[in-house]
Amino acid sequence: MTLFYALIALGSLALIFGLILGFAAVRFRVQSNPIVEQIDTILPQTQCGQCGYPGCRPYAEAIANGDEINKCPPGGDATVKKLADLMGVDAKPLAGGEQAEPIKTVAYIREDECIGCTKCIQACPVDAIVGATRQMHTVLIDECTGCDLCVEPCPVDCIDMLPVETTKQTWKWQLDAIPVTQID
Amino acid sequence: MEKLIAQIKQGKVWPFPGGIHPPGQKTISNTQAITRLPLPGKLVVPLKQHIGANGQLIVDKGQQVLKGQALTKPIANWSVPVHAPTSGIINDICQMPSAHPSALPELSVIIEPDGQDQWCELAPVTTPSQLSHEQLIDIIHDRGIAGMGGAGFPTYIKADSRKAIEYFIVNAVECEPYITADDVLMREHAADIIAGIEIMQQLLTPTLTIVGIEDNKPEAIAAMQAAAEHNDKIIIQTVPTIYPSGGEKQLIKLLTNKEVPSGGIPADIGVLVQNVGTLFAVHQAVYEGKPLIERVITVTGNTIHKPGNVWALLGTEIKHLLDCQGFSPVPQQRVVMGGPMMGFTLPTVRIGVVKTTNCILAPDHDELAEPGPEKACIRCSACADACPASLLPQQLQWFAKSKEYDKLKEHNLFDCIECGACAYVCPSEIPLVQYYRVAKVEIKEQQAEQVKAERAKERFELRKQRLEREQEARQNRHKRKPAAEKSADEKQKIADALARVKNKPAKGDEKSAVAAAIARAKAKKQNQDTELEPDNSDVALERAARKEQARKYKEQKAASNTAADPDDKKSAVAAAIARAKAKKAAASESDNESTSAPADDKKAAVAAAIARAKAKKAAQAVSVENDNSESEVATASPADNKKAAVAAAIARAKAKKAAPAVSVENDDAESEITTASPADDKKAAVAAAIARAKAKKAAKAEQAASVENDNSESEVTTASPADNKKAAVAAAIARAKAKKLQQEGSDQ
Amino acid sequence: MKLTMASSPHSHSHKSLSRLMQTVILACIPGLIAQLYLFGTGVLIQLILALVTASLSEAIIMRIRNRPVWSTLSDGSAWLTAVLLALSIPPLAPWWVIVIGSFFAIVIVKQLYGGLGFNLFNPAMAAYVLLLISFPVQMTTWMPVSDLLADRISLTQQLSVIFNGFTSAGFSVDQLRVGVDGVTMATPLDTIKTDIAHGLTVSESMQAAIFNSWLGQGWGWVNLGFLIGGLYLIKAKVINWHIPVGVLASIAVCSAIGYIAAPGTEPGMIFHLFSGATMLGAFFIATDPVSAATTNRGRLIYGALIGLLVYLIRTFGGYPDAMAFAVLLLNMAVPLIDYYTQPRTYGHGVNK
Repeated sequence: MTLFYALIALGSLALIFGLILGFAAVRFRVQSNPIVEQIDTILPQTQCGQCGYPGCRPYAEAIANGDEINKCPPGGDATVKKLADLMGVDAKPLAGGEQAEPIKTVAYIREDECIGCTKCIQACPVDAIVGATRQMHTVLIDECTGCDLCVEPCPVDCIDMLPVETTKQTWKWQLDAIPVTQID
Repeated sequence: MEKLIAQIKQGKVWPFPGGIHPPGQKTISNTQAITRLPLPGKLVVPLKQHIGANGQLIVDKGQQVLKGQALTKPIANWSVPVHAPTSGIINDICQMPSAHPSALPELSVIIEPDGQDQWCELAPVTTPSQLSHEQLIDIIHDRGIAGMGGAGFPTYIKADSRKAIEYFIVNAVECEPYITADDVLMREHAADIIAGIEIMQQLLTPTLTIVGIEDNKPEAIAAMQAAAEHNDKIIIQTVPTIYPSGGEKQLIKLLTNKEVPSGGIPADIGVLVQNVGTLFAVHQAVYEGKPLIERVITVTGNTIHKPGNVWALLGTEIKHLLDCQGFSPVPQQRVVMGGPMMGFTLPTVRIGVVKTTNCILAPDHDELAEPGPEKACIRCSACADACPASLLPQQLQWFAKSKEYDKLKEHNLFDCIECGACAYVCPSEIPLVQYYRVAKVEIKEQQAEQVKAERAKERFELRKQRLEREQEARQNRHKRKPAAEKSADEKQKIADALARVKNKPAKGDEKSAVAAAIARAKAKKQNQDTELEPDNSDVALERAARKEQARKYKEQKAASNTAADPDDKKSAVAAAIARAKAKKAAASESDNESTSAPADDKKAAVAAAIARAKAKKAAQAVSVENDNSESEVATASPADNKKAAVAAAIARAKAKKAAPAVSVENDDAESEITTASPADDKKAAVAAAIARAKAKKAAKAEQAASVENDNSESEVTTASPADNKKAAVAAAIARAKAKKLQQEGSDQ
Repeated sequence: MKLTMASSPHSHSHKSLSRLMQTVILACIPGLIAQLYLFGTGVLIQLILALVTASLSEAIIMRIRNRPVWSTLSDGSAWLTAVLLALSIPPLAPWWVIVIGSFFAIVIVKQLYGGLGFNLFNPAMAAYVLLLISFPVQMTTWMPVSDLLADRISLTQQLSVIFNGFTSAGFSVDQLRVGVDGVTMATPLDTIKTDIAHGLTVSESMQAAIFNSWLGQGWGWVNLGFLIGGLYLIKAKVINWHIPVGVLASIAVCSAIGYIAAPGTEPGMIFHLFSGATMLGAFFIATDPVSAATTNRGRLIYGALIGLLVYLIRTFGGYPDAMAFAVLLLNMAVPLIDYYTQPRTYGHGVNK
């Protein structure tokens, strides 16, 4: 009989708490971004396709569906780490042995060699190249994500990926890197 | 308010938390009067010596300038002109190391003095009280006055404050050790400084003007008090000697018990601070009409024989300063611009003095020992006790090391004024300030990157939508007239995957006629059906706006670009560029030759021949051969045209040999020959001949290991010079590339 | 001559870690002298044992971690830990007690957490607690001050006790502790606690021989020694006044309240302040910068809570003294205290 009481008591307690939890889950639901959105904000948005997907968003969707998190060379280790935190998996080195800290580059068209074929314009995922047929093209440096998708299509190889130039605002106090001279 | 003013008038000061008492070392340099340096042999005047934008250069190389003549004119907000410090000739205008911790190059005007030191025409004003507000602001602006205390804030902007100013504070504290430039300036020119203060009073109409001077400068205090006696709105306030009481925010707290809100400016609380040196410059600009071309600089340190203060022309190289005062360097010499707490070391002594340079410190190792190795932080919080901003430097240091940027922001990293008090007291000798500076730059960069990523995403989405729209439009069109060719569409150009021949006569321009013959070959199968033609109309406006921006940016960058093409009308340049790349050392194959025959032409001859050959060698699968060859020849006879005639001949040959097997060769060769016969053109003719040969040999190794992937290109271009009155350009470009790619997936 | 680049500031106060540690060790000297005088040279033997063990442990760990040995050792932090531990344990405890303690303090509490600056807990106190819990008998057999002993023990006798457990005449520590009146002696705190547990009042307990002069002979002097050393530390700006003041004020207030509430079972403020490890704890243990609170407001709270815990455990707990427990418990609370006591940064929270 005592066993019976105990069962009833525990059962009803479980039921009550279950109801409370259920109510709380509905009533106090935290509106969080869908996981794809969260992944997408972590990705660098270079739209370079080096992950094998046509852009950052598709890769974000793929990660949400269980793809590897280490396929984003432009993001470097930092991105992998953030993704690992978000997805609750272990961070791993970048696939393909890419550098951990990618050097940021922008495309630069050697304008006198450009023949105006518009191929790079078609390749650019963010419309950062302007120009018209048989007119010289130029890259909008501020919009270029450094994805280097324009380099390959160029028939005359006139596109260079140049490292982003350091300015006084972006200089990171690397005092050791400054060439010093003799006192003359 | 009334009460506060009464308290201030009684001499009350409100100490700020923290602060340190480093040895002053001021008597080394403040015992003698200011001397004037002999004219240097060279002046390096950077265009930007303040916070804000460059002025626009208004002088040319080789031009003779007079002392005080403007070298730049302000073009945008926040831009301040610079002036010639003496008369002479502009030797050069080029990039020189800047007076900045990074020493990144900065466009500078290099003047060789002629020794005359001849002033340009000056416009002194005897009674500034009769001038209007705008006139005074213009004088301050045109004379190039910028804050001389350290930051270099354009003075005209401060003087034109839109907010009401209650307290005008004159910063005569000079709390950094060693520096005595303001001290001696006050001793010698107190009356002029007071006159400068009165001009600012006229502009700002403050309730009270407070001059803050540290109590270690009794002579300066006495001089300023005597000079300010007639003006009862000026209070000379003595403040205790403690570093960093000369920091703008700390001084405001000290003198008025007010705090500048985080992220705000002093004007937000009705306070404005100017340095004494700046006020002297204002006096000079108004009463004498002289632009800011010289300043007092303390040259001090144990390695200097005659430490003291000097009047130095802006642009004087540090070397000249050191040499004039006598300098015997020690090994591992540091030359610091600024004081020992916030100054920065210079990588070269060939840097010119700028408006913000108040001290050159050349210490030996006894007086300022090199920092020892960094040890572990023991959280003793000596740094927190010293911090004038009440931050927790040791916490910030942990977060900076672990790159926890959110935590750093939470702990108010951006309220750090980088005064160095924390690092000064740290028993573990941790370079705390260095960590904060790096973290600050990285946080700012991260924020910028986030903004950029956001924009890239947006642009990517817009592009995708656009492409979808076009796709849809095309499909609709196909439905309507399935048989119709796309000939009617102007925008659509033929994108052909296999071969294309173009024969295009270029039009000569009136001024310069360029005949170009371009031959192109493609051998790519990939871009066939889904290839979308660019339609820029959607973003045309946006692009147009940004294009200008991009151009400007590029102009700045141009100096560092090595590739310069010598297309010049006036000079005939023959350039031959040969480039060879060899990646991973492979035997380069397939040579191509092309010859271009010079054109007989009176005025111009254009001969262009382009030959291209591509050879691809691909091995994919097992023992299957696939031959595929095409060849095309296109010839274009020259057009007799008055204005332009372009003859293009394109010959192309393709040979494809594809074998999807291992150890099977896949050759793909194309060759084009284009001949352009000269155009009869009166005005100009350019002969260009481009020959290019590419040979690609690609081998994919998917199933088989150790397959070589050779890729070589070579180009030979020969151009015969054009007989032309004005210009003859012959360019020969030869390029050879040999690439060897040996990994799957890594081929182009 | 080549120019050298360096980051500002180019000037330094020439305070150094090793100087800091040396100062603290120096400040221990008055207390050490008092202990030496009162308990004999056993203290010195323990000190040497602790220093040797700590140095060796640190050196070995540094070698294993591939770090420079001497530069780490010379910062003096290991030696300070050794000194503090040696001062806290009974002078005639067996040699292996201090060896285990020093080893544990350096290897487990300090180095396994990442070395100097990374340890969560005060190494000396964590080791002390380990020893107290593992070897309660050895750790509580404090000798009465030598004046009260039946026989003074010579240096060789003390060595023999520490290394063999017995004097050459065959006396154990417990036998040695028998005082002139034939009663086994303990520390004053211990005596009071035991007596009160037996239903005696404080004034009755104070009749015991151990209390027959000022503050139970010895312990008052030891505390006075550490007080002097501590004041020197404050004057030398090695420590801030906040933690000691917090600890002492809190103990004083609590014991005063206790005395007013129950005069019969409360020995009073002066007794609490000058007994046991109060002064050593307040000035030397709780102020260990690595494991203590880092904001000045936080330090006051940290100190006050230590004082409160010390009083509570002394009065109601099972142990006669409680400095080690109190410090360790508050070490755990440091991140929380620091978080909630951040000073107001310049320009924040002001009215525009």
